[in-house]
Amino acid sequence: MININNIHKVFNPGKANQVNAVNGITLHIKNDEFLVIVGANGSGKTTLLDMVAGSVLPGSGNIIIDGEDVTRLPDYRRSRWVARVFQNPMSGTASDLSIIDNFRLASIRTRKKGLSIGINDTFKNQVKEKISTLGLGLENKIDQPMGTLSGGQRQALTLLMSVMDSCKVLLLDEPTAALDPRSSDIVMRTAEELIRDYRLTSILITHNLKDAYNYGNRIILMGEGQILKDLNAGQKSALKQNDLFDWFG
Amino acid sequence: MDFYLTALLQGLCFSALALGIYISMKIFNIPDITTDGSYTLGGVVTAILLTHHLPNYIILPAVIAAGGVAGALTGFIHTKLKINALLAGILVMTALYSVNLSLMGRSNLPLINVTSLFNLISISPDPNHNTFCILSIFVIIITLLIGYLLKTDFGIAMRATGNSETMIRSLGVNTDRVKIIGLALANALTAISGYLISQFQGFTDISMGIGIVIVGLGSVIIAETLINWLRITSVWLSLILVLAGAVIFQLVLAVTLDIGVDANLLKLVTAAFVLLIVSLPRLKSFL
Repeated sequence: MININNIHKVFNPGKANQVNAVNGITLHIKNDEFLVIVGANGSGKTTLLDMVAGSVLPGSGNIIIDGEDVTRLPDYRRSRWVARVFQNPMSGTASDLSIIDNFRLASIRTRKKGLSIGINDTFKNQVKEKISTLGLGLENKIDQPMGTLSGGQRQALTLLMSVMDSCKVLLLDEPTAALDPRSSDIVMRTAEELIRDYRLTSILITHNLKDAYNYGNRIILMGEGQILKDLNAGQKSALKQNDLFDWFG
Repeated sequence: MDFYLTALLQGLCFSALALGIYISMKIFNIPDITTDGSYTLGGVVTAILLTHHLPNYIILPAVIAAGGVAGALTGFIHTKLKINALLAGILVMTALYSVNLSLMGRSNLPLINVTSLFNLISISPDPNHNTFCILSIFVIIITLLIGYLLKTDFGIAMRATGNSETMIRSLGVNTDRVKIIGLALANALTAISGYLISQFQGFTDISMGIGIVIVGLGSVIIAETLINWLRITSVWLSLILVLAGAVIFQLVLAVTLDIGVDANLLKLVTAAFVLLIVSLPRLKSFL
């Protein structure tokens, strides 16, 4: 599904504050694979994810998603395949817009936003039904501004929004970093269910080693812009939680 | 009484400008001050075409196009050349002064013996009432169009662009393009106010746009204070309050003149009034 071939990214080249964020990463991610990326701060995880999403363009190398070379495509043109959940709950939703407005935009992620009104009763009921599956009691608040919800609720809704339109790749950039343990749990379990039900190819970046241990069927460790370890499903399930802690030891 | 009626009519003329500022400032979060230039541009295009006796159905689209191009230019400078929005607006506004002056060929163009929008149709024998009716219909149509636009999928994308750019880009929207269209729309509305005012006052003057942005800002700030105070989330009510803001603003100025404040001090009073409304939430804590 995703083929990353020898990509590099250097920020501020030639200046005193030059950062070699990603140094020649080659990575092939299969259909339905749920890849977990761990690594210290500054190891290049987020830059790698940003390059898959298109918000950062690589200096060299290429990225192929679903057989199409997307290396030079900006983020808004990769939304045909890619949905994204950000670390900051504010980034994945629009606070001043109502929940239903947010969902309307998400439901036409891969399509043109035209001059017709798309929110009608059928659409509202469809969204209510989806939201009720979260069990957070938000289905009767769809006309409220997104900003009135908690961070956990917003992340859970962002996840749901990503499957409102056809989606092949789901990128999760530390989705629970800003959340309390209980909300984190809800968000991670929702993510896993959606990934399974919609057969999404997913990448999760996390600093939570328990999540890294519990979720996903492949794990890589990054350091200094390179892949240090790469464990497939079999190797990952043989892994013990303490082994993960040792990676950072 | 006529004095206040004139203020009301001016308020209606300025409501398009207020809607324009509402779009650039509240929806896109962009401080756009191309306004001074695009407002005069609207007046200039109107004056030139009217004195050449062209019909209104040609003049209005021409005014909208002229304002749209000015706004799109600011949008282009801001998004593609990555220039601060305030500076982009100042650049276009400054350039427009010369454009307006060379288009008119002189600094003032009177509109006498022309068929303006206000004597095109006769609804009431009293010219003021007639103007009021025509303006009301005009403003209602514009508000309905803008309200509808903001409800459409494109409109929601516009509102999201000013609110959470990362989100809307990840949902497949080219935010640069939306901002350029948004600023074009805002300045087209501003130019419409120039079009209305020129015909209302019967002349276009090169300096008519100086400081006009404050009229729009003041109107929107009055509206915003009411929106926050009444906790309004509906798009339609917000737009109606923006219209109300434009009228209230003109009425306050009329009161100021009525109680005998020197007309030369009008801009000072305007600035002080806007300052008062902006600082109202903070002033409360002093009391």
